[in-house]
Amino acid sequence: MNPRRKKRLTIVISILVGLSIVAGMVLYALSQNIDLFFKPSEIYQGKDDTGIKPINGQRLRIGGLVVPGSVKRDPSSLDVTFELVDMRMPIVFNDTDPVIKVHYDGILPDLFREGQGIVANGMLVNGNFIEASEVLAKHDENYIPKELADDMGEKHVKPSYTKEQIENQQY
Amino acid sequence: MWKWLHPYANPEVSYHFVGKLLPWISKITFVLLFIGIVWALVFAPADYQQGDSFRIFYIHVPTAILSMSIYMAMATAAFCSLVWQFRLADASAAAMAPVGAVITAIALFTGAAWGKPMWGTWWIWDARLTSELVLLFLYLGVIALHNAFEDKNLAGKAAGILSLVGVVNIPIIKYSVEWWNTLHQGATVSKMSAPSMSMNMFWPFVICFLGIAMLVAFVICIRFRTEILSRNGMRPWVRALITEEGVK
Repeated sequence: MNPRRKKRLTIVISILVGLSIVAGMVLYALSQNIDLFFKPSEIYQGKDDTGIKPINGQRLRIGGLVVPGSVKRDPSSLDVTFELVDMRMPIVFNDTDPVIKVHYDGILPDLFREGQGIVANGMLVNGNFIEASEVLAKHDENYIPKELADDMGEKHVKPSYTKEQIENQQY
Repeated sequence: MWKWLHPYANPEVSYHFVGKLLPWISKITFVLLFIGIVWALVFAPADYQQGDSFRIFYIHVPTAILSMSIYMAMATAAFCSLVWQFRLADASAAAMAPVGAVITAIALFTGAAWGKPMWGTWWIWDARLTSELVLLFLYLGVIALHNAFEDKNLAGKAAGILSLVGVVNIPIIKYSVEWWNTLHQGATVSKMSAPSMSMNMFWPFVICFLGIAMLVAFVICIRFRTEILSRNGMRPWVRALITEEGVK
């Protein structure tokens, strides 16, 4: 390789290496802000890497698995409360998991169900209770044909609403 | 290897070589896309919780993967052009940028159209979506720089530096769902272990992916030839070609 090419090669490669180091450090410094949501355990113990705890009245996003049996819907309105625990693979629920209660007054996404991962946007009240203004479903990377899912005992039922519930909607 | 590659550094040789490839690429593209789309939209099973909406997967995932692959190809061409100053590498980078931008836009659009019914929102500023949007802006910047200078070599140099700088974004897109918690789910197919879907869902994806990849290659080849012609407009062989074909 002739010297001019060699020089250009070293310049280009050193720029690239320098840039990746800078980008890596910027991302490392920002990592807590890039996280989209708090996990339920992080509401109690603070963020995993920084230990920063959310305070009452803070607007935040929470992401977790809906605890089976915890979804309570009001028969005459859209009010719903449910509990969240940390997402984990494979999905297991223990009684000792830190639990966060969420209240929401609005239409749930189609993918919402017990055992599903969700992300809620809302305000922290009382240390372990969240008044949500938006609930989004976070599905996992697994896709299963219907027949196969039936065999495995996996079922998904969309949240459905009665006419009365829709008519009582506040906004 | 250099001896074998060397003739292709000549624009005329490359122009005719790509011209010979084109009819083959177009046939393969048509067959793969036709089989892939029909298989994916009609015969592949629906997902147990997403139903038929899941089929957006067959467009969204290939375009999202290709948006990154095209960028890497473009950056590699820019790297070769900066270090070894191959004129043709610049032409190929200029040919790839708009195709990459369109593919990225398709990935973003299909993602939004999928997000609305499934997540409940068109857009969320999580790490995966934001970094993919940055990729679109990088493509647009590279296109703008290629067209910003009268002198094509200067333009290629400026655009090349931007494309190399933007490479930092590629691992961020790829690993965003692992490094941070995001609304976007993790990888289903582009990972080392077996795909997280059954085989009768996976094979139509493979065909769709190859079909869209061939389509991208086809469009890039056409654009590459046009780039060569427009950059060598004063050369005798281009003039001869024009008089031969009777195009003025």
